[in-house]
Amino acid sequence: MKVYVPMDSAAKALGAEDVVRALRDAAAQQGVTLDIVRNGSRGMIWLEPLVEVEIDGVRHGFGPAAPDDAAAILDNSSAKALGPVEDLDWMKRQTRLTFARVGVIDPLSMDDYRAHGGLAGLRRALAMTGQDIVDQVKTSGLRGRGGAGFPTGIKWQTVHDAGGPQKYIVCNADEGDSGTFADRMIMEGDPFTLIEGMAIAGIGVGATRGYVYLRSEYPDAIRVMNAAVEIARKAGVLGADVLGSGRAYDMEIRVGAGAYVCGEETSLLNSLEGKRGVVRAKPPLPALEGFLGRPTVVNNVISLATVPVIFERGAQHYADFGTGRSRGTATLQIAGNVARGGLFETAFGISLGEVVNDLGGGSASGRPVKAVQVGGPLGAYMPVSSFDAPLGYEEMDKAGGLIGHAGLVVFDDSADMLGMARFAMEFCAVESCGKCTPCRIGAVRGVETIDRIRRGDGAAIPILTDLCETMKDGSLCALGGLTPMPVMSALTHFPDDFATQKEAAE
Amino acid sequence: MALPDTAIDGAEIDRIIDAHMHLEGPLLPLLHALQHAFGFVPAQAMGPITAALNITRAELHGVISFYHDFRDKPAGRHVLKVCRAEACQAVGGTALAEATLAKLGLDWHGTTANGAVTIEPVYCLGLCACAPAVMVDDRVVGRVDTARMDAILAEAGA
Ligand SMILES: Cc1cc2nc3c(=O)[nH]c(=O)nc-3n(C[C@H](O)[C@H](O)[C@H](O)COP(=O)(O)O)c2cc1C
Ligand code: SF4
Ligand code: FES
Repeated sequence: MKVYVPMDSAAKALGAEDVVRALRDAAAQQGVTLDIVRNGSRGMIWLEPLVEVEIDGVRHGFGPAAPDDAAAILDNSSAKALGPVEDLDWMKRQTRLTFARVGVIDPLSMDDYRAHGGLAGLRRALAMTGQDIVDQVKTSGLRGRGGAGFPTGIKWQTVHDAGGPQKYIVCNADEGDSGTFADRMIMEGDPFTLIEGMAIAGIGVGATRGYVYLRSEYPDAIRVMNAAVEIARKAGVLGADVLGSGRAYDMEIRVGAGAYVCGEETSLLNSLEGKRGVVRAKPPLPALEGFLGRPTVVNNVISLATVPVIFERGAQHYADFGTGRSRGTATLQIAGNVARGGLFETAFGISLGEVVNDLGGGSASGRPVKAVQVGGPLGAYMPVSSFDAPLGYEEMDKAGGLIGHAGLVVFDDSADMLGMARFAMEFCAVESCGKCTPCRIGAVRGVETIDRIRRGDGAAIPILTDLCETMKDGSLCALGGLTPMPVMSALTHFPDDFATQKEAAE
Repeated sequence: MALPDTAIDGAEIDRIIDAHMHLEGPLLPLLHALQHAFGFVPAQAMGPITAALNITRAELHGVISFYHDFRDKPAGRHVLKVCRAEACQAVGGTALAEATLAKLGLDWHGTTANGAVTIEPVYCLGLCACAPAVMVDDRVVGRVDTARMDAILAEAGA
């Protein structure tokens, strides 16, 4: 009997290991032989651990599974039965391109990977010139999924055109934004996709070496990625002769050390070089003077992991999804106080309200939704009145926010928005790299100023507004420059949370 | 910085340094390896590292102190990381964190008197759809409530 239990860390965090043990015990008692595959997560985190049992070639879901469900799952009498997983609404409504294999295959089986379209993109790319590869990425319209949305093909072109004996592909797997876990899920659930994407990037721009800078907070992802690199080397996907092409590309996994700012690309490069993770002034662009001063592509995990499907299915196929200048799919991460949280991949353009209320099912607490923070700790708190906004780079900008890494954190009406604004400043103070005064000192002042507002000092509100202006204008990177975004959006959209204390004091 | 500890094996330090010298940008992997071996980055390693990498003590100290992960003295037998970030806050993470600190009678980064648990803040574990989340050593736990936290602390011997 073939059974799937995810080894994704969200599934583990919800008890997947205990469920596996219980399934083995129950199988022994029922006298059935189990073949347990540890897959990635399908992304329906509210159903994790989601056990799947293959019945007549169709995978049936049971979840959220607890150890005492094991016997009933195996004899198909469980009340947790969900029917065929592919028929679930959450699955049917998605456009799974980047995440096509996640939850489906055994993440560390190269055979599974190949059988589900893996390596087809790399093979196509190996038959092209570097310029053709870069052109394909341009045609796809792919933009950076790490936050800034810079066109990936243009970045690759710069590195392609740069000279020098050694160029690098650096994958930004620092994923420090609260409310985001797409990078983690793909690394744990389909690591070969990232490796293949990095290999295509390397072949395309002429870089023979790559690094994944992976945050230390993700021990499971580190383990899977290290294992995957070993397997890919043995399979000839990495090494001196990539898939027998005569072209070289190899890579290593490097572990971060708990600094949020190291997600910023130049800070990341310093960290990778063994220095303090201080942000570098641009120019020079990392594309020209990156790792060890050499031309370097720095891309987010999802940007790179999307490259294989672009080459497998065609750049135009990818570009045909989306809205405006946001082409392809967004890998939405729905989190926080939400009834159905998880990963949902869909074409850009879906509205914020549809994601939160329809897909997410509103708050987990059952109370009214108050705000959604979109795009991580530097993203805006969007009020319910902005729920018509379509999720796209320019569209979110117009709505006063940003899409960032496409994480959405839902808050119900018990949320204290002054407290959230204070936290944004506190976080910036803790994580500042220290290079610019408006960020390093301003964030500390920000916490103090918000505390004054909390104590009922209304005169501190214009001071906070001024401080945010100073941080926005005088910061070298987006940590200092965008911390005003959550602060000011909280103040603007939820003025009552900043006024009640004052009124109470009067 | 911690005083030199005679239990630290200098040959082991040298071996770890040697094993990383071929890397491009060896310092972070090297510090991780030292901390993995000793539980912290021992003061005795400073001299050999600065010599091997041709950097100053000030530079090395600057790097170690920049990163939240590296410690210059041992932690408790278990490290409990509690997520303080937004998605966890949205489902009661702050109250849970405060109650846990109060129960242990510790502030962040503190270690219980019996040396069993060090408690640290962490900003997101990527478990934001099953928050609040914590990590005990390398083991992740989601949807943590008071009962689950009590079980975690009991198991860790706090
Ligand atoms: C404070 C800060 C943190 C960041 N964190 C991340 C991160 O964790 N992951 C990421 O991919 N990009 C992060 N970025 C964006 C990167 O600087 C960079 O834009 C990105 O890695 C480029 O890749 P992309 O074009 O594929 O998005 C961060 C930026 C800032 C200012
Ligand atoms: S804004 Fe803050 S984090 Fe960014 S470079 Fe300046 S001090 Fe460093
Ligand atoms: S915010 Fe706590 S796990 Fe992401």
